[in-house]
Amino acid sequence: MSNIPTELRYVSSHEWVRLEDDGTAYVGISEHAQEAMGDLVYVELPEVGVVFAAGDESGVVESVKAASDIYAPVAGEVVAINERLEDEPELVNSDCYGDGWLYQIKVNDADEVDGLLSASDYAAEIEAE
Amino acid sequence: MNVNSLIFELSHQGRAASAQAPKPVSEDKLGAIPAHLRRQEKPALPQVSEMQVVRHYTNLSTKNFAIDKQFYPLGSCTMKYNPRGANRAAMLPGFLQRHPLAPESHSQGFLACLFDLQEFLKEVTGMKGVSLTPMAGAQGEFAGVAMIRAYHEARGDEARTEILVPQAAHGTNPATAVMCGYKVREVPVNDEGDVDLEALKAACGPNTAGLMMTNPSTCGVFEREIEAIARAVHEAGGLLYYDGANLNAILGKVRPGDMGFDVIHMNLHKTFATPHGGGGPGAGPVGVSERLLPYLPTPMAGKTDDGYKWLGEETLPETIGRLSAFMGNAGVLLRAYFYAIVLGREGMIRVGEYSTLAANYLLKRLQDVGCTAAYPDRRASHEFILTFAKEAKAYGVSAMDMAKRLLDYNQHAPTTYFPLLVPECFLIEPTETEAKEALDEFVDAMENIMREAKESPELLHGAPYTQPVRRLDDVKAARELDLVWRK
Repeated sequence: MSNIPTELRYVSSHEWVRLEDDGTAYVGISEHAQEAMGDLVYVELPEVGVVFAAGDESGVVESVKAASDIYAPVAGEVVAINERLEDEPELVNSDCYGDGWLYQIKVNDADEVDGLLSASDYAAEIEAE
Repeated sequence: MNVNSLIFELSHQGRAASAQAPKPVSEDKLGAIPAHLRRQEKPALPQVSEMQVVRHYTNLSTKNFAIDKQFYPLGSCTMKYNPRGANRAAMLPGFLQRHPLAPESHSQGFLACLFDLQEFLKEVTGMKGVSLTPMAGAQGEFAGVAMIRAYHEARGDEARTEILVPQAAHGTNPATAVMCGYKVREVPVNDEGDVDLEALKAACGPNTAGLMMTNPSTCGVFEREIEAIARAVHEAGGLLYYDGANLNAILGKVRPGDMGFDVIHMNLHKTFATPHGGGGPGAGPVGVSERLLPYLPTPMAGKTDDGYKWLGEETLPETIGRLSAFMGNAGVLLRAYFYAIVLGREGMIRVGEYSTLAANYLLKRLQDVGCTAAYPDRRASHEFILTFAKEAKAYGVSAMDMAKRLLDYNQHAPTTYFPLLVPECFLIEPTETEAKEALDEFVDAMENIMREAKESPELLHGAPYTQPVRRLDDVKAARELDLVWRK
C-alpha cells in the first residue's frame, strides 16, 4: 500500500491538495500516481496567474512510458509553481508530498478543499482500481 | 560492451576517400554568397578512408534488430514486411527521373498510376473520393478534420466546436482536433474495449463537429457498436472520422464507408508496402463520403478524354487547398500502387484474413502458456494486448523486463506500455507474412520468460545479456538528451 498522508485531501485523478492558513493550497500528485507513472522525465506546469475551474487540465507529467494530464483539484488562481521541477522532475518520484509539489493555488473557496476525498476515501478508490 | 566507435572517433587528420570526395568549388561560383555568410572553417567532418566507412556502417547494420532478420511483432503499427518487388517497381528510372514540374504530357504513366491508386483506395475503403496528396498520417488527419470544419462552415453551422474522441482512439487524434481549432471531449471505453454507447449519446449534441475513431481500436478489438455509434453522431449533426492506423485488419473484409464514416485517412506507409519505422517519407491519403467531396485537398489525379490531368482549385473551388508544393510523396504512392496491383482483390482479402488469423493463433497460444489477455472475451483483430500486471505484482517483473528478455531469445520486443489504458502491457501484431513456425518460436520464448519471471525475476531485471548493449538508461537519456558529437 502506498503512502497516503492523512492531513492531505485527494481527488480521483490522483492529485493531492494541502490547504495553508493563508487561503492558498499546494497541489501535487500522489505516491500511487508517481509509482504508476514510473521515472518522470518532464513536468509541464501552468503559468502563474492562470485561473482554473476544478477539473481543468493544469499540466502534464511525462515519464519514459507515458504522459498524463494533471487536473486542477479545486478552483482558483495559480500563485506559484515549483520551478525546481524544470531541471529535477525526479523530485516528484522521490518526494511527491514535499519537494515534488507542482503548484500553489489561491483557492476560491476553502470549503471546496474540505469536500474532497479524505486519505481513507482515496485509499479505498485505489484499492478498487 | 561491444559497441562500435562513432565514425568521428575513427577520424584521422588528412585521411580521405578521394574517389568519393566532391570537387572543390571555384571562387567565382562562390561569388554570389556574401562573405559574411560563408563558412570560415572547414566543417568537422570525419576524415576516414573508404574501407573504414564501408566497414563501420556494415558492422553497424549487422547489429540491427530488424524484420529482415527476426520476427517483428510491432506489426503494421511500425513496419510490416514490405515486398521487395513493390520497391523495385517504384524505382524504375522513368519514375525516379521524372521532374515534379514535368508537364502532364510527359507524366502520363505516373498520373495513370496515381489515378488508378485513387480508384483502388476508393474501392477498398468504400469512400466516394480519395486525394493522395497528404504527405504523412499526421497531415492526412489534419486534412480530414479540416474538411469536417470546412463542411460545417459552409453550412454556417458554427456552434460545432467539439470533436469526440474515444479513449481507445489512436493517440494522434486529440492532437489533430486541437490543431484544427476544436475542443476535445473524451468518451470512455467499457471493460470489453467497446465505446461506452450511453456516454457517447450523452456527449453528442449541437456542439458536436464529429467523432474520431480507430476501428479496430487501439485495444485491438473491432468496435461492435459501430453502426449505433455512427447513427448517434450523425443524428446529432456530427461527422465520423476514421483513423486508418489499423486498416490492415479489415482490408478486403469491411469498409469504413459502409460503416458510416464520412472521412478516413490511410497510412500507406503502414499498410501498403513502404517502410515506416525510420520516420521516413509517408503517405496519408484521405477518402471522403459524398458530402465532403468538394473539400478534398489538391492536387488530385483526374482522367479525361485527353489523358490524365492534375486537378486543382479550378476543378475543386471549395477545396481545403494544397498541403505541400507537389503531390504527396511520389515513391510511397507508387509502392502502394504496385502493392495493390500485385495483391489484387483476392490478395487484399488475404491480408485481412491472414493478419487476423495470425493474431488470434498467437493470442490463444500465449494464453495457453500463462499470459493474460487484456480482453479475454474478445476475438483479436490484427493485434491484441497482453497485460503483465499480475506478474508485476507477484514477482516484481515489469512488461519492460519481459520485453528486454525477449531480445535474448532473438525476438524483437512488441510495443510496450501502449495503449495507456492497460497497465504493464504488450501490444502484439504479427501481421500476415509470418509462418506458423515463427509464431511458435515467439510462444516458446514467452513460455520460458513466464517461467523465469516466477523462478528468477532478477534474471529479467538484468536483461538483455546477449545484445551489443545491455539495458540502456532511457530515463537518463530523456532527462539529459545529448545527441550532438563534440570534439
